[in-house]
Amino acid sequence: MFYIHCPYCQEHREEEEFHPRGEAHLMRPTDPDNATDEEWGDYLFFRQNPRGIHHELWVHSVGCRKFFNITRNTVTYEILETYRMGEQPSITAETEKLRKEQGVQTADGGWQTIGAQPDSRALNEETSS
Amino acid sequence: MQRYSGFGLVKHALGHHENWERQWRNPTPKKRYDVIIVGGGGHGLATAYYLAKEFGVKNVAVVEKGWLGGGNTARNTTIVRSNYLWDEAARLYNHSLDLWKGLSQDLNYNVMFSQRGVLNLGHTLQDMRDIQRRVHANRLNGIDSEVVTPQQIKAIEPALDISSRARYPIMGASWQKSAGVARHDAVAWGFARGADALGVDLLQNTEVTGFKIRDGKVLGVHTNRGDIEANTVGCVAAGNSGVLAKMAGIRLPLESHPLQALVSEPLKPVLNTVTMSNHVHGYISQSDKGDLVIGAGIDGYLGYGQRGSYPTIEHTLQAIVEMFPMFSRVRMNRQWGGIVDTCPDACPILSKTKVKGLYFNCGWGTGGFKATPGSGHVFAASLAKGEMHPIAAPFSIDRFHTGALIDEHGAAGVAH
Ligand SMILES: Cc1cc2nc3c(=O)[nH]c(=O)nc-3n(C[C@H](O)[C@H](O)[C@H](O)COP(=O)(O)OP(=O)(O)OC[C@H]3O[C@@H](n4cnc5c(N)ncnc54)[C@H](O)[C@@H]3O)c2cc1C
Ligand SMILES: [Zn+2]
Repeated sequence: MFYIHCPYCQEHREEEEFHPRGEAHLMRPTDPDNATDEEWGDYLFFRQNPRGIHHELWVHSVGCRKFFNITRNTVTYEILETYRMGEQPSITAETEKLRKEQGVQTADGGWQTIGAQPDSRALNEETSS
Repeated sequence: MQRYSGFGLVKHALGHHENWERQWRNPTPKKRYDVIIVGGGGHGLATAYYLAKEFGVKNVAVVEKGWLGGGNTARNTTIVRSNYLWDEAARLYNHSLDLWKGLSQDLNYNVMFSQRGVLNLGHTLQDMRDIQRRVHANRLNGIDSEVVTPQQIKAIEPALDISSRARYPIMGASWQKSAGVARHDAVAWGFARGADALGVDLLQNTEVTGFKIRDGKVLGVHTNRGDIEANTVGCVAAGNSGVLAKMAGIRLPLESHPLQALVSEPLKPVLNTVTMSNHVHGYISQSDKGDLVIGAGIDGYLGYGQRGSYPTIEHTLQAIVEMFPMFSRVRMNRQWGGIVDTCPDACPILSKTKVKGLYFNCGWGTGGFKATPGSGHVFAASLAKGEMHPIAAPFSIDRFHTGALIDEHGAAGVAH
């Protein structure tokens, strides 16, 4: 369960009040009439889908109904920051790498309670049926 | 390979079952193979098996970062059906269903394929129109499929609430009698044992960390156990396909999401068939052990952790109780998640790439278990010949730029 800080309501609220809407900062082709099939396909269907830091769009659907952005780790699920539409993330894959190396804790704006376990590599561990 | 039989069982009973042969070897990687398959799930193992068995390519390695079947293959809810809308998808899933029918005999391994039928419920007028359209399309494609009324549904699955008191009363369903379930880990093990017996090296605990590519041609893979060479590499890595693609400088139109499932405490036999509902959004069947096997939708956010969030489980169980009020006090036993590779048109990708010799088989998302033998078979044919098999050809990555999508969101409605 995520606790998400809505940058408009300025409050932490439960995940169920929100809806994820996919990758943030997508740019519609600037010259639609002359965009190639390649450009349209890329815009419509191709996403970063990173294993790690992801900037994503969420909507506070049963709260203020505003869209905003979250920077989140897709492996640990840790929410690193939330920020308003039109703003840029302050945490990126590069700064995260630095943070890890230097051991500085910069996370703010959100947290969640599910523990972060890396995929188990052990052989013959019990799997679900 | 030691063949399994009733006689063998009796013989081993006399030896207190202490002398069973290991099901497959644990070889050290060779320097070079003809074909490398990345990903030891059902699809990868089936590909290797058919390569060796039907296409004469025996110098094959399956490279798996964890243990065989530890990905989505042994995490799914095992529904097998082929009642998809479009010709391309119907051909692919029906090819698979045909292979399922003889799979236990072919592999000499009991995959417990049980054709107990699948109901896809309709709760609105539009649901029923969509169901009729899909059933007619199925029949044109030679797939057994029919529209059934609430009374017929009650006869098939008495535990379902077909009353008009339900919040979303059941108006009808599509019914595919030849559909069913199978034991998912046995599928992985059966293909693994069969492939191993034909000479395929199954390399577990071996993670692909990069590709050796020169002049636009693949020459092999880098792994945590050293480099392995091959001029043909097939990636079958489900939720991690995008991560692999990135290593090769390729982009895939996939997003990785957690998909959860759960099972209840074991009950006496209570369900006859598999029941799915797109509208109230849940599905259920009963395993041979007696537990109710339950699932529904993906967690909406991207995730590579093999777990999901609690609200999704709650929604799933709400749907089950809506359809089967009698299950409201059944206790749930275990819950887990897998990472599914969802594709924009809810159809898989079986494709060449811009790197010569490098192929991808992915994008099966929430519904690829049913396709395991068929996918493995047509992918093996494609790798062996260097040309995509006619059944696989429409599933090329190119369709996301040409626009020739195969939209199966209707047939794939509730994750399965
Ligand atoms: C909860 C749940 C329920 C489902 N229910 C159904 C259902 O009822 N019916 C149905 O038809 N489908 C269902 N599915 C979908 C189905 O499970 C999958 O589509 C199918 O099993 C995919 O098989 P696979 O072999 O392609 O992938 P997997 O079994 O996931 O195998 C991929 C393998 O690749 C390995 N790998 C990844 N990266 C690397 C690397 N770098 N190096 C080496 N190895 C790597 C992984 O460890 C993994 O073992 C469900 C899925 C889930 C999660
Ligand atoms: Zn808000």
